[in-house]
Amino acid sequence: MEAKIGTRNIKSLIFKGVVIFFAFVITIPLIIVLLYIIKQGVTEVNWHFLTHVPAPPGEKGGGISNALVGSFIMVLMASVVAIPVGIFAGIYLSENPRTKLAYYSGLCVDILQGVPSIVVGIVVYFWVVKPLGTFSAIAGSIALAIMMLPIIIRSTEQTLKLLPDSLKEAALSLGVPYHRVILKVIVPCGFAGILSGITLSVARVIGETAPLLFTALGNNFFSLKITGQMESLPHVIFTYATSPYDDWHDLAWGASFILLVFVLTLNIVTKVITRKWKIQL
Amino acid sequence: MENKRLELSNSQLKWEILFKRILIAMSIILVLIIIGVLITLILESMPSIKSLGIGYLWGKVWDPVQNIYGAYPFLVGTLLTSFIALIISVPFSYAIAIYLGEYNPKGWLSDLLKNTIELIAAVPSIIYGFWGLFVLVPVIRTLEINLHILPYGVGIFTASIVLAVMIIPYGASLGITLIRMVPSPLKEGAYALGATRFEVIRNVIMPYTRTGLFAGVLLSLGRALGETMAVTMLIGNTSAIASTFKDIIFGPGNTMASVIANEFTEADHTLYLSALIELGLVLFFVTVVINLIGKRIITRFTNN
Amino acid sequence: MENTIVKAENYNAYFGDNHVVKDVNISINKNEVIAVMGPSGCGKTTFLRGINRMHELIPGATAKGKILLDGENVYDMNAIYVRAKIGMVFQRPNPFPNLSIYENVIAGYLLNGIKVSKADKDVIVEKSLTSAALWKEVKDSLHKKGTFLSGGQQQRLCIARAIAMQPELILFDEPTSALDPISTSSVEVLFHELKANYTLIIVTHNMQQAARVSDRTAFFYMGELVEFDDTKQMFTNPTDQRTQNYITGRFS
Repeated sequence: MEAKIGTRNIKSLIFKGVVIFFAFVITIPLIIVLLYIIKQGVTEVNWHFLTHVPAPPGEKGGGISNALVGSFIMVLMASVVAIPVGIFAGIYLSENPRTKLAYYSGLCVDILQGVPSIVVGIVVYFWVVKPLGTFSAIAGSIALAIMMLPIIIRSTEQTLKLLPDSLKEAALSLGVPYHRVILKVIVPCGFAGILSGITLSVARVIGETAPLLFTALGNNFFSLKITGQMESLPHVIFTYATSPYDDWHDLAWGASFILLVFVLTLNIVTKVITRKWKIQL
Repeated sequence: MENKRLELSNSQLKWEILFKRILIAMSIILVLIIIGVLITLILESMPSIKSLGIGYLWGKVWDPVQNIYGAYPFLVGTLLTSFIALIISVPFSYAIAIYLGEYNPKGWLSDLLKNTIELIAAVPSIIYGFWGLFVLVPVIRTLEINLHILPYGVGIFTASIVLAVMIIPYGASLGITLIRMVPSPLKEGAYALGATRFEVIRNVIMPYTRTGLFAGVLLSLGRALGETMAVTMLIGNTSAIASTFKDIIFGPGNTMASVIANEFTEADHTLYLSALIELGLVLFFVTVVINLIGKRIITRFTNN
Repeated sequence: MENTIVKAENYNAYFGDNHVVKDVNISINKNEVIAVMGPSGCGKTTFLRGINRMHELIPGATAKGKILLDGENVYDMNAIYVRAKIGMVFQRPNPFPNLSIYENVIAGYLLNGIKVSKADKDVIVEKSLTSAALWKEVKDSLHKKGTFLSGGQQQRLCIARAIAMQPELILFDEPTSALDPISTSSVEVLFHELKANYTLIIVTHNMQQAARVSDRTAFFYMGELVEFDDTKQMFTNPTDQRTQNYITGRFS
């Protein structure tokens, strides 16, 4: 016998309730995590914290200045490499979608996107650390750059593909050479999308620890030497969180708070860029 | 004017060619990177592959002190954490996808939920691991005491929970896209026949998106397999396999990624290091294959 | 003849193996307005784009034969230079959305990095916009982006942009097919005014437009140049049967 319409409607309502429950319940862990980090970390952060290196265990005080500077330097160096390579590769993929190189290169971008970050760390260890004979910020930057590439490439490619061909044609018909058409018309028109890809990739790598474990390692002291070990925010969190000292745990909470602030700010900036800077076509 | 214009165009021609070559070179770099990764992993695992052979993969003992290496404990750890995480996360991912794809695609509430999901994905894994260590582990410990299990706190179960939260956004965002792609005429036809919301979802939307959602599961799996930091901090880092099922799930373990993270810098002899890298090679293959299959399914689905 | 500006000799164009323009021979004089008409897919646009070497930018597109611009074969010249010398206006108006109206007009100089003094730039902008019958409408908003302009105004902006390069020849690829009737007639009036200083070749899908604006008309069918004659003559007493069929609407 066919189920009564009443039963079926009730079933539908129950289902909706279940769906809503599961969908929204997941916000709870996130809120708990965020609130906890904020609560534990915000008390740690002060000017001293930001400008001093960690104190030896047992001593109060100390900070994460070496990690802050280290992260900044390594992300900067990684960006200097990843941004041009990524944008140019993205341009190639969007401009020549049907070539063999585009197929294989695109395949490699897809593969790279799925490679675990620890594997990138292993590989860069053999490429840079072993030949140079030392852990270094350079090695760390290269590992981070490799992780930034797929994000920048894909967002550049997708942004440029959305631009109409008529834009290119108009410029070419004026006697503008190809490289100027791309650099002075196409890329500026796709600027918002490309920039948001960059900010997204930075947001991703400033929190990455695994690629730095075997490349830049860490450094208890303040150092600007890029051919030597360098501390970074995520790595300092890892070291201090897993240490047995309470003081260092406190440092880790503070560092987590700072890292969270950076990552969230970058994500918000990305959203703002996408909304406000989009050029009306 | 004419001559200068011609001169300009002539010099521009050279730059054009250079630019096109640079574009090609940058794309080739991508290919070189992947080939390089593959070659490096294979080369450095060679010592282990040669002396340990295929038996490495089901060797149950991992004892660097005695130079005995077997990958089985880590395969078990990786598969368990990933599958448990997947099982836990799938209902949530689906619920979010159905809610945002079908029930409430627009509006402030849906935007809020969407942003929350993106936020979950944005939080670095080290932070999940750190938080898990200090907040979740004590809770699990209490739970284990109540269940009369050894209260490690850390272990495969704990790691799986945090992993589940971390991979929810991936399945969810893919699911949203897929569910929104279901053609309206299909749904409207069902409603016109008097179907309830639930029935339309179950009988029209789900079958239509089944393959795509499966791809979403694959991609989430790929993500879970490669996740390192949160797992390393929560899994207890033991390379032995417990005897009872209960102990395996609630006791400490290791995944391929976590054992590499922990022991790589301590590997002092060639075989040790090489054995670890062979794990990296296996991890590389598995995650790449799963990701590519997942992506292929999705491109085929979205092109239809 | 000294008066010839464009001459095609045995010009053929291909998309891969697809022979799209077959053995075209045509001679166009200075300050003429030439209409190129024919049914969809007859090769008229492909032929037009062969003149300023836009055709070869499509992957797999090739061409054979000669097209002479002022006696010189464009296929022996620097392609960038050819495109700078010949102006082109497209079917959909395509002003650059990231540039202001002012910058759009002098885009040919701007994007090429050609240094022009501010005073000269102002002169070029005003002259070009005036020739395109757009000056009065935009002179107070030169530094805004052109997105608020109507379709017809945007198309006239594109015409101004082409004129600013001081070409002798301007190619139009179905320039009014995306415009409303009022904008269309304003552009057609423009053709009449531009004729004094430029040679115009206009591909059009619209027979009546061809009859209205041109001195001579070329009729293309299935890749061949079927007939090329004085416009009045072609529309009242065409020589070829295929032309007759097209004009009387047997196919379109």
